[in-house]
Amino acid sequence: MTRITSDEIRHLALLCRIAMTDEEVEVMRDQMANILDNIDILNRADTDGVEPTGHSVALVSVMREDEVAPPSPIKDILANAPDLEGDFIRVRAVLE
Amino acid sequence: MDASTVVGLSIQEARTLLDSRQVSAVELARASLERIARVEDRVRAFVSVTEDLALEQAHEADRRISEGRAAPLTGIPVQLKDNMATRGVKTTCSSRMLEDFVPTYDATVTRRLYDQDAVLLGKGNMDEFAMGSSTENSAFFPTRNPWDLDRVPGGSSGGPAAAVAASEAVFSLGSDTGGSIRQPAALCGVVGLKPTYGLVSRYGLVAFASSLDQIGPITRDVTDCAIVLNAIAGNDSRDSTSLNVDAKDYTDALASGEGSLKGLRIGVPTEYFVEGMEPEVEESTRRSIKLLESLGAEVAETSLPHTSFALSVYYILAPSECSANLARYDGVKYGFSDGEAESMWEALERTRGGGFGPEVKRRIMLGTYALSSGYYDAFYLKAQKVRTIIRREFERAFEEFDAIVSATSPTVAFALGEKTADPVRMYLSDVLTLPANIAGLPGMSVPAGTSEDGLPIGFQILAGPLKEETIFRIARAFEQASGWDGRGQGLPTVGHGTLVSPSP
Repeated sequence: MTRITSDEIRHLALLCRIAMTDEEVEVMRDQMANILDNIDILNRADTDGVEPTGHSVALVSVMREDEVAPPSPIKDILANAPDLEGDFIRVRAVLE
Repeated sequence: MDASTVVGLSIQEARTLLDSRQVSAVELARASLERIARVEDRVRAFVSVTEDLALEQAHEADRRISEGRAAPLTGIPVQLKDNMATRGVKTTCSSRMLEDFVPTYDATVTRRLYDQDAVLLGKGNMDEFAMGSSTENSAFFPTRNPWDLDRVPGGSSGGPAAAVAASEAVFSLGSDTGGSIRQPAALCGVVGLKPTYGLVSRYGLVAFASSLDQIGPITRDVTDCAIVLNAIAGNDSRDSTSLNVDAKDYTDALASGEGSLKGLRIGVPTEYFVEGMEPEVEESTRRSIKLLESLGAEVAETSLPHTSFALSVYYILAPSECSANLARYDGVKYGFSDGEAESMWEALERTRGGGFGPEVKRRIMLGTYALSSGYYDAFYLKAQKVRTIIRREFERAFEEFDAIVSATSPTVAFALGEKTADPVRMYLSDVLTLPANIAGLPGMSVPAGTSEDGLPIGFQILAGPLKEETIFRIARAFEQASGWDGRGQGLPTVGHGTLVSPSP
């Protein structure tokens, strides 16, 4: 059942930026392996020459005039931010 | 008027009471709030109750009614699933990540209900980020099935379905990515419609899997469902995937359906009697099909051979899209933020590790896996190709049939905790509903009686893209002939032997 290793789970967690304990990694590994075993059936479908579908309805680019409209109030937007300095959102250093 | 007045109340009945001035919108809102206060400790269908806003909106509705300008939903008490943006009212997605998030704008569906002066009672509990089939994945608390409080209401729109079943709200809106409107509607004995992809704007719906997500009504009966769809359907410049179709009055389709289904061809796919289907669900479904026949429909067996692949397609495409959509939760601009971390990367990882629940993490991980180099062709691209095959199979079927019918869920409501340890078993709850999302088709679940234990069973009607009218025609005729109109089969007792629970 170990078609996916703990190291692979750790690597995926890094790609997803989700902190995980060793215990969580183990549970996730077993559950993912089980899910992957179950979706394996897909390989039995013959898809030679079949085009992929991204959306169920045919999508076309929708163009519109770029009109100025009133934005959401800045104070309401900032009220959701976890860390503020004046009217700015405070973040941790990106480059050190 | 007290809380007992709203028990079993439909939109049409409420409309009559309001328009004839027998009841004011404020009285109706108060009665609904009282009903919520009486049963909510057991049902837990609401993440938040917006009492002050409801009374304010009800006053506005009364003014409009007194001026003779009432719209179909003016003064009607409504709940919204908590993944639809409501300006100034917390929209949590039942997640720690958005526990304190207050939107700065309204979703288009919210706006359209407000435009008619509907009355918002509060926000409905759900599986976190709409991922789940039992509402047990809510980060706050599970919702219970009003028909049996030890059982789940289904999910992910379990709060909305339970709220309507328990008469806490006259109607609600749910969202359906793989069955999240229809499956809980079936398990709670109410009507749930997933419209054609693009018929209802997704602007302001917190994104899960954008190519599959669709908002729709959860109502007590079929006529109410048409009234609500009238209000929310239509093109929206803020959602570029919304379809440019003319507005329709879906209640017109109801009238033509009364009594007879003559001339309609209805297909019954053999693959939809899946392994593991409960015998009572199968019997009910076969009885329902017979009923359609007795109403004049031409019924024939058909085959959708790739149905068995739909679950796998879904559990690749939905997690893949979710892994991209949920990348935005970084704890910087809004939402949960881990304040302890030292560096930017550590903050990001701890915020997402602490803010998301197990099912959401599982799907983000699965989607990231399916999209990562080396696996992309084998999983994501392969699933998109099988999606094409499934879509074509439906296209062919709808050349022959006007509608396709089946059970909505292979089982009746299951016990709380029964499937939480086994994600794959939980995923099988949606095996009959998710093909419609993959193909973008409209689908409705209507009540089809109860099991011997008194648990609701749902019957699913699917039609081709934008053929909602066909569904309404069949559903209304079925409802009328069966007497299962969300009241005919009785109402849930919400844990008590009587319909109306005693005062607290």
